[in-house]
Amino acid sequence: MILRTLFSGDMPRSRVLTVLLLLILAGLLLTPFVFPGAKSTNVAAKICIFIVLVSSFDLVLGYTGIVSFAHTMFFGIGAYGVAIALTHLGPTWGAVATGVAVALVLSLALSLLIGLFSLRVKAMFYAMITLAVATAFMTLASQLSDITGGEDGLSFKVPTLLQPSFSLREAPFMGVSLDGKLISFYLLMAVTIVLFLVMLRIVNSPFGRVLQAIRENEFRAEALGYRTVVYRTVSNVLSALFATLAGCLLALWLRYNGPDTSLSFEIMIDILLMVVIGGMGTMYGSIVGATLFLVAQNYLQDLMKIGSTAAGGVPFLRNLLAPDRWLLWLGLLFILSVYRFPTGIVGRLRSKRSAA
Amino acid sequence: MTFALETQDLTIRFGGHVAVNAVSCGFEPGTLTAIVGPNGAGKTTYFNLVSGQLKATSGKVFLHGQDISSASAPQRSRRGIGRAFQLTNLFPHLTVLENIRLAVQSRAGLGLNLWSIWSDHRELIGRAEEILETVALAGKRDWAAAALPHGDQRKLEVAILMALEPDVFMFDEPTAGMSVDEVPVILDLIRGLKTRSDKTILLVEHKMDVVRELSDRIIVLHNGALVADGAPAEVIASPIVQEAYLGIEVAK
Repeated sequence: MILRTLFSGDMPRSRVLTVLLLLILAGLLLTPFVFPGAKSTNVAAKICIFIVLVSSFDLVLGYTGIVSFAHTMFFGIGAYGVAIALTHLGPTWGAVATGVAVALVLSLALSLLIGLFSLRVKAMFYAMITLAVATAFMTLASQLSDITGGEDGLSFKVPTLLQPSFSLREAPFMGVSLDGKLISFYLLMAVTIVLFLVMLRIVNSPFGRVLQAIRENEFRAEALGYRTVVYRTVSNVLSALFATLAGCLLALWLRYNGPDTSLSFEIMIDILLMVVIGGMGTMYGSIVGATLFLVAQNYLQDLMKIGSTAAGGVPFLRNLLAPDRWLLWLGLLFILSVYRFPTGIVGRLRSKRSAA
Repeated sequence: MTFALETQDLTIRFGGHVAVNAVSCGFEPGTLTAIVGPNGAGKTTYFNLVSGQLKATSGKVFLHGQDISSASAPQRSRRGIGRAFQLTNLFPHLTVLENIRLAVQSRAGLGLNLWSIWSDHRELIGRAEEILETVALAGKRDWAAAALPHGDQRKLEVAILMALEPDVFMFDEPTAGMSVDEVPVILDLIRGLKTRSDKTILLVEHKMDVVRELSDRIIVLHNGALVADGAPAEVIASPIVQEAYLGIEVAK
């Protein structure tokens, strides 16, 4: 019963998927203890942040059927909000709260404006408008270097509790020092879980069901009495707000923000791939997609190094497996997965169950 | 006597073509009016103007005496004009039950509820199930709407209209393309609605036997204009109808 309330009546509905999600959860929870080193914790933290970001993108793309390229703009607003506030107000929780609040208000205003002005137009034009706005914003962020630090970005201090130099106790626990970085990581995970469950609730609310109806047949949804412009706008705004929060988390984790870390178009493509690979309109797809993508992005090179060394004797194979070629393999993996699972991994796992 | 629904000089032009030409007509509650006319006469376009899918070039629409000419389609739907479409118009990948439940949910005004779980609203699901029973689709409640055979899709189309519980029911060829044994289910539903004195029914239908049996009144559209209006026997017998519409039908 509690599980039903937590998951809003939308359980994974596939045994394989349940196991996969539990594995991901356990993996993330135990990362600092099982996979020591800064890199693994960094990847785990990024996975958490991207779960929030990709879920919020799924809300507009997968559930409402709106193609928006401005999603990283809201991600960037969140990251810049926290970065600028902490740089100028000092490393206090008050500054964090101010940064988050200002970023949320700015995202709310912008997404509302874009929504009201352009959600009436055809999907293609909407995508183009968001692309234009996002590009303009990116240029603005790098031009206003007095505020944003320009291309260099901003490095800043976070509140004491989250600083790497902060320590809960002197002696390490199970070989892991209980420092601010560890606290940051678990706080980040907790926030991720809460935000994910909130989004899961929204898509499973009566409102969320209308979003799916709009995606399916906007004309009919109107004939049923639903003002689709209102629904699309609210969905757009909510999605922007969650992306903003993801951006806040990113800045707090990295203690840095610049145009390349939160605004770049590359991130936009990445989250698009994550949501498609995981499965659009499923929410759980964002967990699977973000995890797979980021693990591949970060560890494929290592894996290939091993392969390349093993194939030492065969020149062609060695070159093919050289770590420099990792993007080629990543690309191939994506083409294969999109080709093999057009409904994404989650869609595929769920349909297998209902077929059985 | 105020009309439940009234149109005054309702007109729409597409470029030089006048699809609906100054149609003035009132519909009393508790009556069923059949709208007949050859293909291209403007029947469906007239429906679109009334339910708000198209905006009139000129003329007015009144619902219970209030001018709703500037209201949008969703507003008109919420105020009580319900519409079933001629070309089946469903949510293809949602289940049969969900198609109806969405209409029930709209009727209940719960659409902007963001925080409750949809499946906790048992009353909406219960109501949707009841409606499914009335169109004999209960056995297919979990099918995707797109997977239904054509006849069942037509039934679902009508079921969605029922779920909206409007004051004005607009049926656009509800039995088109249905097999003979499926038609009675729909006709029974319409007969059931006719017993309600507060409901106003507009029916576009080509099957003259159905029109003759169900309608209290027939209006005839031809080239977008209203050319005849009266009791069924009278209208069917009138020379203009014989010539403009039924002549063609009889000749077939």
